[in-house]
Amino acid sequence: MNMRLFSVAILIIGATWIFASAPSEGSTTDGKIPAPQVGFLAPEFTLKTINGESIDISDFRGQAVLINLWATWCPPCRAEMPDMQQAYERYNEQGFTILAINATNQDSIPAVEAFISEHGLTFPILLDTQGDVSKLYQLRSLPTSFFVDPDGIIQEVIIGGPMSEALLFTRIENLLSEMR
Amino acid sequence: MLPILQIGPLAIQTPGLILLLGLWLGLSLSERLAPRFNSDANSLYNLVFFALVAGLLGARLGYAMQNMQHFIASPISLVSLNPGLLDISSGLAVGLLVAFIYGNRKALHLWSTLDAITPMLAVFAIALALSHYASGSAFGSVTTLPWGIYLWSAKRHPSQIYEAILAIIILWNIWPKYENNVIAPKFPGATFLLFLALSAGARLFIEAFRGDSTLILGLRYAQLIAWGVLAISLFALHSIGRRSVDG
Repeated sequence: MNMRLFSVAILIIGATWIFASAPSEGSTTDGKIPAPQVGFLAPEFTLKTINGESIDISDFRGQAVLINLWATWCPPCRAEMPDMQQAYERYNEQGFTILAINATNQDSIPAVEAFISEHGLTFPILLDTQGDVSKLYQLRSLPTSFFVDPDGIIQEVIIGGPMSEALLFTRIENLLSEMR
Repeated sequence: MLPILQIGPLAIQTPGLILLLGLWLGLSLSERLAPRFNSDANSLYNLVFFALVAGLLGARLGYAMQNMQHFIASPISLVSLNPGLLDISSGLAVGLLVAFIYGNRKALHLWSTLDAITPMLAVFAIALALSHYASGSAFGSVTTLPWGIYLWSAKRHPSQIYEAILAIIILWNIWPKYENNVIAPKFPGATFLLFLALSAGARLFIEAFRGDSTLILGLRYAQLIAWGVLAISLFALHSIGRRSVDG
């Protein structure tokens, strides 16, 4: 077949395919399904803080949220906490919060308490005593961080650490800019 | 899905490891096949190496320039290992510029060089598909088909596997073939343009099964881009091929 005719035929078939395969309602995630992946709704959970206060992630809808899974024995988790505290102090009033979920099923409460007072952490530290949230968020490595936008949709997942200060601050500002 | 490979206390990010392996295998293959495309293996290696290093530096500096205040406050972040601190478009621009300058200085023939790096790109495309599979990204739309895989709370098209299969087929198609013990006569640039056309066609096809497409006016953005690339590569194949025959 003539090369030019062949090319035109291919392009017509391609264009037809684009329209034929246009997504129907709900065929892409649209951030409506809960899953621990970018573009999905952050899975729901309720946990108690170290002070005994019950916290539900849905209470933070409308805010930029960093969900950070961590443990005291994990060096990169420890290393990124001071920057997280600094970020919390700087951006909390603008609508940003941190939910630091301690993998308590592989840690100890006294170690968590000592770590909080050592670093003067003021953001909520949640205790995942049964490992349910670790399982729900398919935790494979500590630390793992989820940046969640005001609509509750996960915008970025960072496995491992420590996150650098610049990474932390730029991602938080990106999330906050969606609220303005 | 295997985003992390745990070896003792070491947690290795599998997608990144697959991409590095793909790059290494692809570059080795390109070096080995370079003579068949009338290219020098050493120059090819240097070209890719300089472009990669410059691209990486450009991507980090590009990101830093866009977020200057945070890098001034924390200059150590410039050497952070976080891949999230890279600006891909800056990296591409700087990498291509350095490749162009190196190619000019060494008087490398543009189309022959592009042909010679095509095996590397084709192997890297396979690695990219496998890295998507390992991380669970570039996932498929929901399906009831028996070969669907359970991923992210639903049974989905294994779009990463489709991607890998098509990438393997593309590699097979661009592999320099012998006819009667000599390399089939082709014009310089044919292999690269064929790769470009096939890859664009593959993306146009596979994107229809993705569950994470970005939409524009109700259509999938990646398909529109792929159609454009397909049109340009087919036009270039046609016009360069004809010029080569006329010449």
